[in-house]
Amino acid sequence: MDLNEIKKILDLMRDNDLTEFELEQDGVKVRLRKGSAPQWNTHVAAPLAAGYAPPPTAPAAPSGEVAPVPLTVAGEDVDLAIIKSPIVGTFYRSPDPGAKAFAEVGQTVKTGQVLCIIEAMKLMNEINAECDGEVVKVYVENGQAVQYGERLFAIRPTA
Amino acid sequence: MFKKILIANRGEIALRIIHACRELGIKTVAVYSEADENSLHVRFADEDVCIGPPRSAESYLNVPAIISAAEITGADAIHPGYGFLSESAYLAEVCEACHIRFIGPDPSVIKLLGDKARAKKAMKKAGVPMLPGSDGPVTDEEQALKVVKDIGFPIIVKAVAGGGGRGMRIVRSAGELSHALRTAQREAEAAFGNGDVYIEKYLESPRHIEFQIIGDHHGNVVHLGERECSIQRRHQKLIEEAPSPALSDKIRKKMGSTVVDAAKAVQYTNAGTFEFLMDRDGKFYYMETNTRLQVEHPVTEMVTGIDIVKEQIRIAAGERLSFKQSEVTFTGHSIECRVNAEDPDTFAPSPGVIHAFSTPGGPGVRVDTFAHSECTVTPYYDSMIAKIIVHGRDRQEAIARMKRTLDMTVIEGIRTSVPLHLKILNEADFVSGRLSTSFMDRFMPQPKKSKLADTA
Repeated sequence: MDLNEIKKILDLMRDNDLTEFELEQDGVKVRLRKGSAPQWNTHVAAPLAAGYAPPPTAPAAPSGEVAPVPLTVAGEDVDLAIIKSPIVGTFYRSPDPGAKAFAEVGQTVKTGQVLCIIEAMKLMNEINAECDGEVVKVYVENGQAVQYGERLFAIRPTA
Repeated sequence: MFKKILIANRGEIALRIIHACRELGIKTVAVYSEADENSLHVRFADEDVCIGPPRSAESYLNVPAIISAAEITGADAIHPGYGFLSESAYLAEVCEACHIRFIGPDPSVIKLLGDKARAKKAMKKAGVPMLPGSDGPVTDEEQALKVVKDIGFPIIVKAVAGGGGRGMRIVRSAGELSHALRTAQREAEAAFGNGDVYIEKYLESPRHIEFQIIGDHHGNVVHLGERECSIQRRHQKLIEEAPSPALSDKIRKKMGSTVVDAAKAVQYTNAGTFEFLMDRDGKFYYMETNTRLQVEHPVTEMVTGIDIVKEQIRIAAGERLSFKQSEVTFTGHSIECRVNAEDPDTFAPSPGVIHAFSTPGGPGVRVDTFAHSECTVTPYYDSMIAKIIVHGRDRQEAIARMKRTLDMTVIEGIRTSVPLHLKILNEADFVSGRLSTSFMDRFMPQPKKSKLADTA
């Protein structure tokens, strides 16, 4: 992703009065956020299939890169890897009720390490960290119902 | 009665189910893919759960995601709509196992009628008129001639393993038979790895007539009359109407009671549609049964005054049908146009953002749609964006009403099939009711080489 593409995203945000913009494509996750942490904004342009003509202000697709690019917008640090739920179910922070949580804020985790369990149809699905790093945020509470794509954890990857 | 229903579908039919649920005081749960985040069915449901990315296989066809969504919201029933998982015996079985009511027939009935061979056998046994043919593969001319002796020409030779128009040959006289058999067998072998062919009676320009039935869990089954769906292109219906201009009251009663008997014979419950082809002599031939609500159910609702979706919900909740056959009356005439997001001439899909969306009101007009100004029509799902339905005192008024409604419908930003619908409605053959499944041929580009060529 180059500076021109970032500028286009910033224009898009300003023109559409967006406070937060997140894009994930080809292994690249980019999140831009204006001001202090807002609620998740549903007016985010999702990447669309080829052949579909989006509104003129849509950003160009970023070229594939492996690591998230650190950017600063209005003083905010945005180089976080967001772990989202791949399924619908109930979120549990620990293997059993009363047991220690898999991952706490501030804890260092490794790629593949279990962060939580999501129960769906009586099956326990383990959700793993996608990179090495430090858990900086947990978005959901123990026992909360989660949907596909729901944000679970934010990890600051160690370079 | 259910407290909460999860709608395992999207678009206009999800809204249709929400209409019924709201009127019955039942809470609704919408499920949606990421592409439908801002869709109306999500906005108007009481709760919503994102179940996957845009691809249908990972979202609207994703049984675990849908069941999980029902579990986390505490839904006690699932309405599958049409398409997607509506005829999935698997979903129905999983619902049963998870103590969630599936609003539709039993999984065993879905399986029986979903299997074309088993369905035909069961329907034949129940006295439903069938398309005559060879009972199994035909290997040589001698065997074929025996079959033809019973059923007469024209016949069609079809691949047992086939589809898509390949391994098929129409035969109109004995002289063509041998050659047709051999070429069909060769084509079938090449296309499907199985050269077996069978013979079926071939109907010249038949009419597509289907009967709506509905049954409760107390043994009551009623038919709600027929719909004519002959205006179709490549087996995709474009315009449907009720009643059929080709049926008399006498035929309606006779065929109606035939399908009711057939439904009872297989212990059919909830809504279903028996599809037939009718030949020029007015004879009916069974095609298949759709064990679900149909897209074109509104035309039946308009002429009978019955809310089929509400009845589905009531039946699934264990209630008796709220009316008897003798109480079902047919008033006036209804026509439905399926508005698709596609080029009216080339049929190329036309996704995009709708900038202006306006449909007229006035007497006898009903619009079932999820589209609105500034909504996005995505390329991931089928192209139907709205159903425009009219009701009139008679067919003539219904046609006039549909024409003025389409003329006053504004959809800007994408191309739609509205101009094509207007062309159809202005055809003399349509106005005089001379319909058949070959009606749309006049709007097709002439094929350079037809796969279904005569062998003459």
